Amino acid sequence: MKTRGNIFRSLLPPVVVLILAVAAMEIAARMLNEPFLLPRPGAVALAMVDHRMDLAASLWTTTQATLIGFFASAVAGVAVAMILAAWPLARRAIYPYTVFFQTVPIVAIAPLLVIWCGPGIGAVALSSFIVSVFPVIANTMAGLLSTDPALEDLFRLYEASPWARLWKLKLPSAMPSIFTGLRIAAGLAVIGTVVGEFLVGLFGPGEGLGVRIISAKKTGHTEIVFAAVLLASLLGLAMFAAINLAAKLLLRRWHAPEQN
Amino acid sequence: MVGESAAIVQRTSPGRHAPALFAIIREANMRVQNVHKVFDREVVAIENLTLEIQSGEFVAILGPSGCGKTTLLRIIAGLDRPSAGAVEMGEGKIAYVFQDAHLLPWRNVLRNVALPLELIGVSRIERLAAAMEALRQVGLSDAIRRYPAQLSGGMKMRVSLARALVTKPKFLLLDEPFAALDEITRQKLDEQLRELWLRHRMTVLFVTHSTAEATFLANRAVVLSSRPAKLVQDLTIDLPAKREGSLRSEPAFAAITRLIYGALERGGA
Repeated sequence: MKTRGNIFRSLLPPVVVLILAVAAMEIAARMLNEPFLLPRPGAVALAMVDHRMDLAASLWTTTQATLIGFFASAVAGVAVAMILAAWPLARRAIYPYTVFFQTVPIVAIAPLLVIWCGPGIGAVALSSFIVSVFPVIANTMAGLLSTDPALEDLFRLYEASPWARLWKLKLPSAMPSIFTGLRIAAGLAVIGTVVGEFLVGLFGPGEGLGVRIISAKKTGHTEIVFAAVLLASLLGLAMFAAINLAAKLLLRRWHAPEQN
Repeated sequence: MVGESAAIVQRTSPGRHAPALFAIIREANMRVQNVHKVFDREVVAIENLTLEIQSGEFVAILGPSGCGKTTLLRIIAGLDRPSAGAVEMGEGKIAYVFQDAHLLPWRNVLRNVALPLELIGVSRIERLAAAMEALRQVGLSDAIRRYPAQLSGGMKMRVSLARALVTKPKFLLLDEPFAALDEITRQKLDEQLRELWLRHRMTVLFVTHSTAEATFLANRAVVLSSRPAKLVQDLTIDLPAKREGSLRSEPAFAAITRLIYGALERGGA
C-alpha cells in the first residue's frame, strides 16, 4: 500500500527536475534574448492560455487520429500475432514482412497514404497505425510462443480444445507481453500521428498539433511550437498512463511488476 | 512400527520373459510393453523396457538423473510417444504432477484446482465443489482465494497435488514432485501423499532419485540404469501399510534404502 509520504517521495524527484529544466530554459532565454529561437517559459504558458481554443481543437484532432491508429494497431497487431503464433508456416512466410512496418520510412510513403485515403484523418491515422503496429505484433507473438510447456502438457492431458488452450492458457500468459507491446505502441502512435500531420498537412480550423507546429513555425511563433510539442508529449504520457492503469488492474494479482 | 522382518522380494529381473501373457493382461492394470524411446535418431533414452503394474500399487521409479525416468512417465501419460513398444492401461483418468507446481498465476487457488474439471466440461458448481474437497484433502481449505504468487513452495505443490486429485484419477503419475522443497516440507508432503493413497488406492507412479523417499512412500521400487534406461531391479517394499515419520529411523527402513542404493549403483548412478 502506498502512503501519502511514499507518493510525495516518488513525485519529488521528477518535480524538482521539471522546476530545474524550466528555470534553465528561463535563464537561457533571457541570456539569448531571441524569442524566435528560444521563447521564455512564461511566453509558452501565455501562448497556451491565449490560444487555448485553437490548441484544444488541435489536441482533439490529434487525439482522435492517435486513438484510431493505436486501437487499429492493438486489434490488428494482436490478431496477426495470434495467427502467426498458431501457424508456424505463416510465421515463417509472413513474419519477415511484418518487419516492413518497423523499417518503412513513413516520410517516403506519405504521398501513398494521401493517394489511398485522401488528405484527411484517414491518412493520418494510417500513418499512426503503420508506425505503431510492429511492437504489438512482435511482443504479442513472443508472449504467445513462450507459454510454459508444462502447462501446455497439462492442457493436453485433459484434452483441452484449441479454443480453451488459446483463451485459458496462451492469451492470459501472454498478457504481460501484450501490454509491453501496447506501451511501446502508445508513444509511437502519437509520433506517427504528428509526423502524418506534418506530411498530409491539413491546414484550417481544427488542424492537428503537427499542422499547428508547422503553421506556427512559418509565422515565427516559436512559443506556439513549444506549446504544441508539450501537448503532444502530454498526449503520449496520458496514453502510457492509461495503459499502465489497465495493466495494473488486470495483472496486479499475479504479475510482479504490476504489484506496486 | 515395522514388522519383525522386512521381506524384500525380487519381482522380476531384467531379461525375464513374461509367462502366461493372458493372465497378466487380465490382472495388470498397466502394462509397459517393450517400450523403446530414441531421441534425435541416436540418443537411446529407454531400451526395451517392460513393466507390469497392478491396480492400486504405489510404485517408486528410481534411476540416475537424466536416465529417462521422466520420459517413461510422459510416455505412460500419453504426453510422448514411444519409438517402439506400447503402453496398455485399464480404464480410468490419468493425472500428472510435474517437478514444479506449474499453476496458472492469474487464477486463484480454487480456480487452479478446478481447471482440469473445467477442461473436461464439468459444470461450474460441481467443479468448484470438487476443488474444495480436493483442497480439503491436502489441508489448504483456508487458502482458496489466494493467488500462487502469495504461496510458499510447499503450498504451491499441495495445490498442484489437489489439482491432480480433483478428477479422482485412477492413475496418479508424479515426476519428482517435491524435489525442490526443503527436507521437512518434503517429508510432510510424503506423509500426506501416502495417506491420500491409503484412502483412495489409486495406482501411483512416483519418480524420485531419493532412496529414502521411495522407501517411505512406495510398496514397490523399480530401479532403472543410466541412459539408456533398463530395468536393474524391481523390489517389493514390505513395510506396514500405515507409515509414520518414525519409520524413517527403523533398521528395516535403512535396510531397504541400502538395497535400493545398491541397485542404483549397479545401474551406473
